[in-house]
Amino acid sequence: METYLYIALFAPLVGSLFSALFTATPKKLFTGIVGSLLIFTSLVSSTILLMYILKGGEPVHVTMMTWMATGDLYIPFGFVVDQISVTMMMVVTLVSTVVHIYSIGYMDHDKGFNRFFAWLSAFVFSMMILVMSDNYAGLFIGWEGVGLCSWGLIGFWYHKESATWAASEAFIMNRIADLGMLIGLFLVYWNTGTLQYDGAFAAFHTLDISTLTWIGIFLFIGAMGKSAQFPLHTWLADAMEGPTPVSALIHAATMVTAGVYLVIRSHELYSLIPHVGLFIASLGAFVALFAASMALVNRDMKRIIAYSTLSQLGYMFVAAGLGAYWVALFHLMAHAFFKAALFLGAGNVMHAMDDELDPFKMGGLRKKMKWTWIMMGLASLALSGIFPFAGFFSKDAILEAAFVGNHTALHVMEHHYIIYAVLLFTAGLTAFYSFRLVALIFHGEERFKLFGFHPHEAAKIMLLAIAPLVILAIIAGAFQTTFFEMVQEALNAVEYHVHSQIVVWIMTIGTQVFAISMIIFAYVKYNNSRVSVPDGTSRLENSFIYKLLFNQYYIPHFYAEYIVKPYREISEIFWTKVDLKIVDATVDGIAGIIYGTGEKTRQMQSGNLSTMLTWMVAGLVGLLSLAVVFGLTARYSDEILLFLSALGV
Amino acid sequence: MFEAIAFYLFAFLTIAMFFITVTTSQALYALTALAAGMIFISAFFFILGADFLGAVQIIVYTGAVMALYAFGMMFFDTTRDVKEKKGNKYIIVGLSTLAAILVVVIVAVPMVSQNVVALYPAIDGVGNTQEVGLVLFTKYLVPFEVAAIMLLVAMIAGIVLAGKKMDLSITLMNDAAIEEEKNKKVLS
Amino acid sequence: MEIGLTHYLVLSTILFAIGLVGVMRRKNLLLLFFATEILLNAVNVAFAAISHYYGDMTGQMFAFFVIAIAASEVAVGLGLLIVWYKRHGSIDLDALATMKG
Repeated sequence: METYLYIALFAPLVGSLFSALFTATPKKLFTGIVGSLLIFTSLVSSTILLMYILKGGEPVHVTMMTWMATGDLYIPFGFVVDQISVTMMMVVTLVSTVVHIYSIGYMDHDKGFNRFFAWLSAFVFSMMILVMSDNYAGLFIGWEGVGLCSWGLIGFWYHKESATWAASEAFIMNRIADLGMLIGLFLVYWNTGTLQYDGAFAAFHTLDISTLTWIGIFLFIGAMGKSAQFPLHTWLADAMEGPTPVSALIHAATMVTAGVYLVIRSHELYSLIPHVGLFIASLGAFVALFAASMALVNRDMKRIIAYSTLSQLGYMFVAAGLGAYWVALFHLMAHAFFKAALFLGAGNVMHAMDDELDPFKMGGLRKKMKWTWIMMGLASLALSGIFPFAGFFSKDAILEAAFVGNHTALHVMEHHYIIYAVLLFTAGLTAFYSFRLVALIFHGEERFKLFGFHPHEAAKIMLLAIAPLVILAIIAGAFQTTFFEMVQEALNAVEYHVHSQIVVWIMTIGTQVFAISMIIFAYVKYNNSRVSVPDGTSRLENSFIYKLLFNQYYIPHFYAEYIVKPYREISEIFWTKVDLKIVDATVDGIAGIIYGTGEKTRQMQSGNLSTMLTWMVAGLVGLLSLAVVFGLTARYSDEILLFLSALGV
Repeated sequence: MFEAIAFYLFAFLTIAMFFITVTTSQALYALTALAAGMIFISAFFFILGADFLGAVQIIVYTGAVMALYAFGMMFFDTTRDVKEKKGNKYIIVGLSTLAAILVVVIVAVPMVSQNVVALYPAIDGVGNTQEVGLVLFTKYLVPFEVAAIMLLVAMIAGIVLAGKKMDLSITLMNDAAIEEEKNKKVLS
Repeated sequence: MEIGLTHYLVLSTILFAIGLVGVMRRKNLLLLFFATEILLNAVNVAFAAISHYYGDMTGQMFAFFVIAIAASEVAVGLGLLIVWYKRHGSIDLDALATMKG
């Protein structure tokens, strides 16, 4: 099994390095093919490992080599494949394989084809390290690695200023959060003396609650950055500047779920501090609603899906925060499938529409892009949580978890009706904005004709690549029981049962009816001939709420105005005042002195032996004087000290 | 008393000779004064009981080194007046005096010399030459041999440098080759 | 009047200073060599005197080696001087400015 572990881990690295060899050369199809094949190899290995774990095999735990060993600090490059990481590995490798194959078609005309695959495979490698590491330090390496690759891929079209800006924004926001994460890691090491999961988890039980609370909070700050939770959420929407396959892989399926993974992985910590868990759940519920509301009015196809991702991450955090770790992990998996499918479908549409992102300029694409329509429609149904798609099972489980509540330390069931209500409402919003998008793109008048687009169905390879994701989005719910049994032990999972069977039926059917009615409402509103490209004159567009939502609650504006701008001004002051006047002046002064001395002493080096001899004698005199001074000082040190003390020194 | 008289007499003579050596504008005078100074230096060695060193001083310096210089002077034709540098005399004299004073302060005002302990004490009842031999061939055998090799190297180097054309044998060359060699510039 | 080590050291220093004057003053390379010989001899006197007053043979040994080094230096130095003279026709120090930085 260890061999499969290493293959699963290092195949992406090999692919990345292979593609990296050709980054400076024109497009080579085989870099994409080789990259995809290697990721596929990784997928196969992960599947074998999954089968092994499913059969009840012991978690595979290997220590490849020692990374650091200084004093008490011992950090190995260790990897573990247990129920949690194998799930993540499956998600990561499956979505990456699909995205790699899809990218062969999608990036076909791009000059940076080879570079794209190098970054993409590097990302997969980092992600694999993140999920497979058996200690927090390794997790942090992967964490930073995916951050770096995300930076490289968001800013992939680096000649676009908006892309580089978005890449830097994502990177910087993540650094802010990573500081929190680092503090968390330091605290873990400080208090437990190890960063290994096993050792640290065992030691957590002996620590007092306040210490654990701080650790939990700081680790969660790291998770907030990576998973784009409020208030560090703005980067995710801006990250849509990157190529669409990147959005599908990184900003929907894998990297942004790393925060959720961190919380799930540290479940032994968070189950000790349910108050922090409640905070996480509350924040998750807030983000779910907050992001969904922004998705309602947005006019950028990819941003709508990004906000939906944000919203679904909120759902995951609700589940994780309430102690329903297996539900969070299950939703993570299901979400990865349908959200990646949605993004890739959006990529098809963009391809067809010459990178046009405004769904109001599309409409009626159903006839031209039948398969994309079907796939996106199915994925949207899954996202909306309609039976029997994957989203139904996972989202329903989260709602139940919120409704039933979690076991507190005293085994008292705590119900979280407010969170439940928020999530339920958000589920309706989700259904609405998902089908608003579908309706605007694929139904109604063919508005694209006004703008001179000539849409066409995407290449076969792209459609074929999406197909597995769509299938999984449809059927993943069927694996719920299997999944539950697998992770039961690892995550102390409990099934959530509402006590009364009637309540269950009411809840489920109620949710379904609510979601379906929202879908119908979306269709009614957007599938008609009155829909036109908004021009900022309608009553709706001038309403306060619309403006608030459309401008993302003015949060980016707020950040720009009250954080970026003052920071810029302070930097300006430091630059002109401190850097130029003090630091540079000092450095220049030193250089000037040295230069001046050199210029003056150049005459010494006249090449005339006689002059040199004179200088030699001068040096001799200097050295002799020093000898005298030191000799006398050493000889009369007592007297000198006496004299100095008399002077009061 | 005799020792004091001898010391001051030879000190005066040595200083005078060396002074002439560094100040005269006649190369020949300088050479002669130097040779005389060397001999007077050997007088100090005799006063100090270092007979062997005194003898070596006379043989090596006055005999070998001076002869070498004398040949050198013939070669360079330094019989004409030596042009001196128009340097700042005060700097030269000042620096030298300063150096001298400092050395005296360091050595003569006993900051260092107090702690000297004899490493190889003189042996009673044997002559200086024998003593030198005993130390030289026991404790200083390796440096002695190295010095011998160094002298050999220096000798060969001197010969090679001074006599560049020694690899050519005139007896083995025909007339044309000799002419050709003559027409060549001496060096490069 | 007893002649002590100090007398010899002062004498040695004076000779050394004379040598320094010569080193700094001379422009003719051959005469520069003379000055270096004076320096070496000045040190030799000090060595011999210290050797005598401390009853230690080391000083004499060093003086001996200094003489050996002086002899080698003269041999090599003169050889180089001859080569130089052949090439430039002068042993004037001011002509030796090839080391100019």
